[in-house]
Amino acid sequence: MSQDGVNKGRRTLLVGVTAGVGAVGAGFLAVPFVKSWLPSEKAKAAGAPAKVDISKIEPGAMLTAEWRGKPVYIARRTQEQLDNLPKLNDSLKDPENSVKEQQPAYADNIYRSRKPEFVVLLGVCTHLGCAPKYFAEVKPETFDANWQGGWFCPCHGSRFDLSGRVFNGSPAATNLVVPPYSFEGDNVLVIGVDEENA
Amino acid sequence: MSKQKNTLMGWIDDRLPVTQTYEKHMSKYYAPKNFNFWYFFGVLSMMMLANQILTGVWLTMNFVPSAEGAFASVEYIMRDVEWGWLIRYLHSTGATFFFIAVYLHMMRAILYGSYQKPRELIWIFGMLIYLALMAEAFMGYVLPWGQMSYWGAQVIISLFSVIPFGIGDALTEWIRGDFLISGATLNRFFALHVIALPLVIVMLVVLHLLALHEVGSNNPDGVDIKKLKDENGKPLDGIPFHPYYTVHDLVGIVVFLMIFCTVLFFFPEGNGFMLEYANFEPANGLKTPEHIAPVWYFGAFYAILRAVPDKLWGVIAMAAAIAVLFVLPWLDRSPVKSWRYKGWMSKVFIIVFAAAFVELTWLGTQPANDLNTFLARLCSVIYFGFFLLMPFYTRMEKTKPVPERVTGGH
Amino acid sequence: MKKVFALIAAFIPAIASAAGANVHLDKHLTDLKDTASLQRGAQTYMNYCMGCHSLEHGRYNRVARDLGIPEDVMKENLIFADKAFGDLMTNAMSPDDGKKWFGATPPDLTLVARVRRPDWVYTYLRSFYEDPTRPYGVNNAVFKDVGMPHVLAGLQGLQVKGTAQVAVGFDTLTGQEITEEHEGVLYLAEAGSLTAEEYDKLVFDLVNFLVYMAEPIAVERERIGWWVLLFLAIFFVPVYMLNKEYWRDVK
Repeated sequence: MSQDGVNKGRRTLLVGVTAGVGAVGAGFLAVPFVKSWLPSEKAKAAGAPAKVDISKIEPGAMLTAEWRGKPVYIARRTQEQLDNLPKLNDSLKDPENSVKEQQPAYADNIYRSRKPEFVVLLGVCTHLGCAPKYFAEVKPETFDANWQGGWFCPCHGSRFDLSGRVFNGSPAATNLVVPPYSFEGDNVLVIGVDEENA
Repeated sequence: MSKQKNTLMGWIDDRLPVTQTYEKHMSKYYAPKNFNFWYFFGVLSMMMLANQILTGVWLTMNFVPSAEGAFASVEYIMRDVEWGWLIRYLHSTGATFFFIAVYLHMMRAILYGSYQKPRELIWIFGMLIYLALMAEAFMGYVLPWGQMSYWGAQVIISLFSVIPFGIGDALTEWIRGDFLISGATLNRFFALHVIALPLVIVMLVVLHLLALHEVGSNNPDGVDIKKLKDENGKPLDGIPFHPYYTVHDLVGIVVFLMIFCTVLFFFPEGNGFMLEYANFEPANGLKTPEHIAPVWYFGAFYAILRAVPDKLWGVIAMAAAIAVLFVLPWLDRSPVKSWRYKGWMSKVFIIVFAAAFVELTWLGTQPANDLNTFLARLCSVIYFGFFLLMPFYTRMEKTKPVPERVTGGH
Repeated sequence: MKKVFALIAAFIPAIASAAGANVHLDKHLTDLKDTASLQRGAQTYMNYCMGCHSLEHGRYNRVARDLGIPEDVMKENLIFADKAFGDLMTNAMSPDDGKKWFGATPPDLTLVARVRRPDWVYTYLRSFYEDPTRPYGVNNAVFKDVGMPHVLAGLQGLQVKGTAQVAVGFDTLTGQEITEEHEGVLYLAEAGSLTAEEYDKLVFDLVNFLVYMAEPIAVERERIGWWVLLFLAIFFVPVYMLNKEYWRDVK
């Protein structure tokens, strides 16, 4: 064994090329292992946009749909209920939707919706994640003698108006989340797809 | 090393012998310079072990170890998990190539007498690895919970029932954890397959390598390279493992990967020898498949089992076929290691033995008929004859003189 | 009335044993790249098979994507009304009902082409024949006493097992078929709405689809395989040269 007349440059080059190509190979090999952690087809199917027929919802009533395993409330508001919304501003924590993450841009209005008639909200209380209950009628309730209609969370008593805006004195700090949604025609609501992306 | 005291490496070395270990096992581990292609299969076995562990960990992330969920979860991995199919095929095809590498590695030891003194312990550790590997592969094959998983487990576990005095039946029941193969069996096999046996195998591999590096590698000539050293104390016929054998093994690895990937991407079922067709049907305890056959790597021992007409003696023969391998270092009485310098009897016996083992492997996967049973018996006799007659023919025959230095090479 | 002597291409000998191990199987020349064939197969499956045999490991959206079927077409024609696009392809039949109706629960067929192999399925679906002793009036030459009725009988017609003329070759001079009388062959006694060739093609497409279903990744797997081998071939070059270079030291 002897190292006389070794071409050091050639060796360095070959080591470099081999290591380089090998590293590329290792990179390729890593792809399947990394990508297998992405949501599977099963998860995607469960998280796929949910289509809901909203033609059957009576004015003043609410329907609960499921999207990505969470309840989504779709309430159809009467004109009277809509007219009542601005009057509540003074008793709300965030009447002007200042926390922008709580709703898409198209729902950044007093109705917190695309069409004033329909409000779409995630049925997950922004306090600790319970499902708020729907009390649409304007009448004295046990939790609020001056109830103006909206959602009441039975866990810790957070109260929301018919736009999902949180009332003062609730443990919840922010308004209910409006999920991305769009309409397909007049009767079909697609939860999970912004119109822009569809 | 003392001059490195002030470097980071020096700091670490004062606390953990990293450089020393690297030198002992890589850059100053002197291996004979005349290794041929048979010497690839050790490192290839280690590569396949790494592949099985890595892909196995990833499969565990989506596999459901229950009788109700196992089969569907494998199909879930094959279809719904991104790249899950590749990870699963890497594991299933990897098992086959692991065994190919291990069998050729063992054959190398037989050809060149690598089990002989002073390497008996290396051989024993190797055999323990092989034993653990067989248990590992068997339990792994049960997990997809197809028909072959179920009935293969049924047949193999039933083998224990031949133990007399009522022990056998109690033992099978204890292994199954039920009165038949059930979810309880699946769950314990899962635990052993993914945790216990891999740990055992990895530890045994470490011992196998430590023992090897203590005495040094054998070579195709069976010459002890430590006898002749240069003025620096380096063996004349030895070369540092790194870089010479690292770059050399890399060639073998790439070629092996080409064959591996060809099978993986174009013949993942291995024509029914690697993924048996009946195993694509969920386990059904009420319906036995027409033809129960083990995966190919167990074929030889299964053929020996079936070759014996009596159930108890069949199991004994099969166990003996594995056990006899352990005592191989003490059966070989030849004064030389490599078959190159052994007499003609050893050469004939090795070749006929290898052919008989391949034939037995084939027969084990085939349905039994008169011709197959006859061939299996013939090959079983050859198999045992090779070992049991070894003390005689290795002593009787005339050996050739072993050269001082290794031959051939570069 | 004259018997319809529609000869089947390869006759099925009556020696077919109970297990069906000795039955001659016709070759199915699977072509997973023939998307049109796969689409036709999927349609046939949904129309005739899906009611009893689920494809419970597959998903509708995957089939649509792999077979190039647009989402709305898929939803309109191939998906049961209560299913979503990304759902598993299960059906409404309960295992108990299936057992009551057919003597055995109709198996899920996602993997049937891998279990039975394509040739078997291809021959099986063309080997039903009249047998009044069976509950549904038909038996099968490949799968003796199978519980399944001949769902495609309206298309194929009704085969009878008996003595018939079988083509054994061609006269080299005239080019005319040479026929021989064989016992225990299947021949068409009553024509269906399809000709024999059309029926064979329909079954071919159906089996093609089932082969796809058993391993949806097969085509992609081979495609990636070529790239992997190409990479390894390229990698081999520097690895080989590196080895040669270092081993120059070893005399």
